Parts: sequence; C-alpha cells; structure tokens
Amino acid sequence: MINFLLRPFLDNEFLRHALYAGILVSLICAVAGTFVVLRGLAFVGDALAHGVLPGIATALILGISGVIGAAVGAAAMMGGVHVVTRRLRLSGDTSVGLLFVGMLALGVMITSHSRSFSGDLTRILFGELLGVTWAQLAWQTVAFVTVGTVAWICRRPFLLLCVDEGLTESSGFSVRRYHAIMLTLVAITVVASFQTVGTLLVLGMLIAPAATGALVSRRLSTMIVIAAVCGSIATYVGLLLSYHADLAAGASIVLSAVVLFVITALIREFRDSIRRDERITYELPHQHSHI
Amino acid sequence: MTLTDTSLLTRSLFVGYDRRPVVGDMTFSLAPGDLMVLVGTNGSGKSTLLKTLAGMIAPLSGEVSVLGQKPGELPSRVAFLPQHPVSSHTLPLRAEDVVEMGRFAHLGLLKRSTHADRVIVDEAMERTGVHEFARKPLRDLSGGQQQRTHLAQVLARQAEVLLLDEPTAGLDVNGRQSVANLIAQERARGVTVVMATHEIADADSADTVMLLAQRVVAIGAPDAVLRDDYLRECFGFTQPH
Repeated sequence: MINFLLRPFLDNEFLRHALYAGILVSLICAVAGTFVVLRGLAFVGDALAHGVLPGIATALILGISGVIGAAVGAAAMMGGVHVVTRRLRLSGDTSVGLLFVGMLALGVMITSHSRSFSGDLTRILFGELLGVTWAQLAWQTVAFVTVGTVAWICRRPFLLLCVDEGLTESSGFSVRRYHAIMLTLVAITVVASFQTVGTLLVLGMLIAPAATGALVSRRLSTMIVIAAVCGSIATYVGLLLSYHADLAAGASIVLSAVVLFVITALIREFRDSIRRDERITYELPHQHSHI
Repeated sequence: MTLTDTSLLTRSLFVGYDRRPVVGDMTFSLAPGDLMVLVGTNGSGKSTLLKTLAGMIAPLSGEVSVLGQKPGELPSRVAFLPQHPVSSHTLPLRAEDVVEMGRFAHLGLLKRSTHADRVIVDEAMERTGVHEFARKPLRDLSGGQQQRTHLAQVLARQAEVLLLDEPTAGLDVNGRQSVANLIAQERARGVTVVMATHEIADADSADTVMLLAQRVVAIGAPDAVLRDDYLRECFGFTQPH
C-alpha cells in the first residue's frame, strides 16, 4: 500500500516537482478563489483564464517567456472589461462574455500560425504539470507570497465587498480600487497557475476547493485554509491517479477537486437532514403539550 | 441655525444616476439628535438620496454637506445601512463577524482591533439582541435576525449620523418597536438619523418627514406632512396610520 501511495513520488523527481507545483497552485488558488467564490467572480475568472491565451501564444511565437505573455494578456483583458463596462454601459457579464470569446478566438488564431499548432494549444489549455522546472516553482512561490500578502492587507475591504458594495464605500474603502486589486490577484493567480494546470483547468482549482471551503466554514480564514488543504489533497490524489492509470495530470487533479466538493456537499446534506429530523422529533412533544 | 449646529445641510439638491435626476430641489437642514424620515414608494428617490448623503453617488447639482464636509469624507462618523445588505448564502461569517465590520471604518486597512473595539461590538450586540446568536453563521439566521445583525453593525460604527435604508424591513411588530427604541436612544446622545421607510407609522416620532414621489411632495413636521391629500399624491391612495 505504501508503495502504491508514496513510491511514485519517491522514485520520480518530475512527479515530486509536479506535487510541489500543484500544492503551490492550490495555495494561491485558495486565497484568490475564496474571493472569486464569495464575490461571484467565477465568470470573470474564467474569462481571465482564457483572456491570457493570445498573450501566451504570441510569446511562444516570439520565443519569449509565456508568463510575460500571460501577464500582458491578463492586463489587456482586465483593461478591456473595465472600458467596455464603463464606457459602453453594457452589463458586466455581457462585456466579459464578449471579450472572453474574442480573446479565445484571437489566441487560437495566433497559435494556428505556429508550426506545432495542436501541441502548443494543448500545452496552453491543459498545462504541462509533469515538466515543471525549479524556475517555475520559484516564480509560483513569489506569486503566492504576493497574492497572500496583498489579500491579507486588503482583507477588510475584500470582506466588505463580498457582503455589500454600499457598505464598502460607506466604510471609507473605494469599491472600484479594491475590486480592481481583487481582479489583479485573480489575474496573478491565473498567470502563475497556467503552466501547471493550463488555462482551461485553472478555473477548476480556483473554484472547486474554495467552494468546498464555503460549504463547511464559518469564518473567512477557515475557508481559505480548507480550500488550501482540499486543493493539496486533490493535487496528490490526481497525480497518483495520473501515474497509476496513465491519465492527464492536470485534468486528474481538477476532477479530484470537484469530486472532493461533491463528497463534502453530500456529507453536509446528510448531516443537515439528520439535524432537521432531530429538530422535528424535539419539537413534536412541545406541540402535543399545547393540544 | 448656524453651520456648527448643523449635522446635515442641503440646498436645491438634485440626486440621480447617470446625469438623470431621480428627485430634485431638496432643501433641508438637520441638527444633532434630529430624525428625518423619508417616506415614499419604490423608486421614489429615498435610497438615491441616502446613497448621495453617504457619498456613494455624486449629487447632480445643488449643495450638500454632512458634518460640514462633502458626503463620504467622514466614513468613521457617518454610518449607512443598505437595503437588504445580505448578499450570499455562501458567506462564511458569523453574526459577530458582521457586527465587527462596523469598526472597519475606524480601523482602516492596517490598524489592529483593540479591546475597546471589542467592548463596542459587544455593547452593540447586547443592545440589538444579537448576542443571543452571535456565534451562529449568518446564513443560518432568519431575515429578522440578519436585519438586527446589520443594525448592530451600524451601531458599532458609533457614528454621529446614521443613514438607514428601510431598517424595519422584514421585522415583526416587536422588532419594529426595538428599532424605534434604538433610534430614540441614538438621538438622545445627539446622533442625527435619516431613515427611509414605506411605513407611515415609522414617521410619527420624526422631527421632519419628507414625502417623496420622484419629487418632494411635502416636507415638514409629521402633523403638517402626513395629510390625506399629500399621502394620496405620494402613494396614489391614503394609508391608515
């Protein structure tokens, strides 16, 4: 059993690197994903994840770092959403949707110019977890520290934003400024994670562990910790599954995270139904006493 | 009335969104301890006026000052209770966490919460009855309990001006009476209160009542304003009160 559970990681350096990278992605996504879930930014997160595609594709063709391309793509996407929402007075989801498909199509068009079109596109969309380098791990650590520090400093306005924008503004915190900072953290998370799980699956790591945390926590800090633990467990289980069953690593991790969410939701539902039954049993004698 | 004993002052104030006025030409002033009740139907301009006074939207024209400053410049001295502030069922917050958020305007980004802040939060929870369910998750509370929690948050701000958007919404008769008592206590310590409501009965204890129907139908003392002809103009029918 120990061999089944640990041997793959002890024997293979690339798998250890993948585990470290997956855990780092889980930590970053736990922080950013918590606010994505609580503020209802899943669609914006999805659009940001796909909006980086043209940037990465251009960087690959030009032979520069994909991270730089992703950062430029994310900045363009965020600027575009801001301009379309403010200037054209379209609803947020319409403007985000327009830019989302536009950037995705542009990314595919640019990638189609490369000689290894399908290979590049697959790498961008699904990541290359089993080829993670020390340099990428270092960059992810920097991203985690940055996202964690900024989120801690901005925890009060972020929390207010999750409750009510009016409350945020009347408490002396600018909604526009802190919303922009929150989106920037999501963008950094996407850029830091795409090499590991790909632009398609990063949303799964942003949402699934945080949603699991939301199901069982009563405090924001607990939700972040539970999200980080769930993401890390999903990384380990996903990699193990990928190794033994020869499956795609990124997809196995994200699917494990979603399965963890479903199991948690079922357990919670079961617990709530027992509590409801107990309440009914407790209340019935009281009702009889009034008859 | 001089500027120093004026908490709130407007002159020919027009408020609205995107340069389109919702309600306009409002001139009034309130002293410390005054209660002004805004009465009107949905869309009559009550919330728009409160948001303007809270500094959340800019006035379209005219003058407005809150504690001698532009709206929104003194967040620790002005508290705003939004209409239906609860946003998400997934929010991992307990009732006491929500009340603690009332201190954020004083603490800003980095200042650490002190024992004095904790005492203020406990006192606000005690006054509103929130202490009975302080450690319960917000999502497990009834609508009335959530409304009390948000009221406690407003009290925890210890502000000099309270802007309350339908604070009695979702409350039963006892709850409404409790809110009326809390407002009376706040006024007794010199706090100015502006409250929006659908309920004419909420206006009986006010110093000033403003009837709104996308314009100022009437403004003045309750006896002078809560007349059948004005109410018919405001609501389209006469409400018993």
